[in-house]
Amino acid sequence: MKTINCRDITKCVKDMCIEANTTITPDVTKKIEDALNTETHPLAKEIIKQILENIVYSKKTKIPLCQDTGVAIIFAEIGQNAVISGGNISEAIQNGVKQGYKDGYLRNSMVFDPAIKRENTNTNTPAIIYWDVVPGDKLTMHFTPKGGGSENMSRIAMLKPTQGEKGIEEFIIETVKIAGGNPCPPIILGIGIGGSFDRCAYLAKKSLLQNLDKKNEDQKLAAWEEHIKDKCNELGIGPMGLGGLNTVLAVNMLWEPCHIASLPVAVNIQCHCARHQTAVLSGKED
Amino acid sequence: MKTWNITTPLTDSITILPTAGDTVYISGIIYTARDTAHKRLIEIMNQKKTLPFELKGQVIFFVGPTPPPPGYEIGSAGPTTSGRMDIFSPKLLDGGLKAMIGKGPRSMQVVESIVKNNALYLIAVGGIGALISKSIKKSTVIAFPELGTEAVRELEVDKLPTIVGIDVKGNDLYKRGPESYLSKIIK
Repeated sequence: MKTINCRDITKCVKDMCIEANTTITPDVTKKIEDALNTETHPLAKEIIKQILENIVYSKKTKIPLCQDTGVAIIFAEIGQNAVISGGNISEAIQNGVKQGYKDGYLRNSMVFDPAIKRENTNTNTPAIIYWDVVPGDKLTMHFTPKGGGSENMSRIAMLKPTQGEKGIEEFIIETVKIAGGNPCPPIILGIGIGGSFDRCAYLAKKSLLQNLDKKNEDQKLAAWEEHIKDKCNELGIGPMGLGGLNTVLAVNMLWEPCHIASLPVAVNIQCHCARHQTAVLSGKED
Repeated sequence: MKTWNITTPLTDSITILPTAGDTVYISGIIYTARDTAHKRLIEIMNQKKTLPFELKGQVIFFVGPTPPPPGYEIGSAGPTTSGRMDIFSPKLLDGGLKAMIGKGPRSMQVVESIVKNNALYLIAVGGIGALISKSIKKSTVIAFPELGTEAVRELEVDKLPTIVGIDVKGNDLYKRGPESYLSKIIK
């Protein structure tokens, strides 16, 4: 019988942790290069050049792109016919994060109790894992290390249904304004609309995984994303908040049905150092 | 916009020179501290005990670096968001601190304290910690080793690149930068 071994899952997660923290994928690099070409403010241009220089230097030296190597977030899609062997799948993922952060000389940024002692777990675990069951027999894992600076500026709102499109847009733009130079602009906005209080935040985070080369499959959302990006780029916040055209590199939206009384909206802010990796594991004969 | 090369420790005759938007390359000894280290430094000051380093004329870099890989003195080392240190900074500035290196805007109280103490707020570009680490020549933990990345480190830096965010007159690049950009595109 073909099985996916926990050993392979651990190794795969470990490799993704190291690769993600030293590599910016071509779709994100392309957006930053586009920003350099469109930028008119001299200091903003200089900052974008340094961001691009850092991408090359990190790739070459394997020194992490950013000292904030983030909370480890994994979106795992497990095929309903997949068979796992050699242990517990969640533990296998957690072990991969532990090994990746140790062997990759990445920063341990997690604390045990969030409110009182705040002692470092010294392993960067627990990782946050979101599970989805999908057709097939493979295991797909998306890994993203999420920095604290941009996460701290993210917001959620339970709008009135009648506030509609306009209310949503105002909330998003207000969030970008409040964030200002804090979340390391130029930023990417992950927007989740609908679902419930918790679900819209999940959608916002999930939308940040989308490849920036691809347009949103929902045409209404694709047009709305561009419109919101342009509106945000009229604010003049610019790279690092020091002025310029490029405040927002991209807007990614996901929406879902929701209750007649509700209009939940979440804005998850991602800094320019948008790191993510994807891996697919297939079963092997044991 | 001017470029300045300055060496620590800093005095008023140095800090009054650069204005918001200028480039400043810092060389010499600086210290790292972020959230928890700040909280502890303030507690030590409140108890009138001795701080792990002399504040007078010094520079604090808000950073929690990644561990050094073999052959390197330090890992990735860029700035963290300065706003979280806003409640602590005025007391440190009153104690003699002359400059802070971080990213993101500062509160009105911090701007006022910078003006009062002839200090500087210097911006390092966020998210480029690998590149910034090139200018750090030596790193030694000098206090709170149990905090790991949040420990206080003495760093020896050579031409660490920064941009003046708030100068001794209180000019704030987080206001001036966007205003200057917007005024040009409206014309």
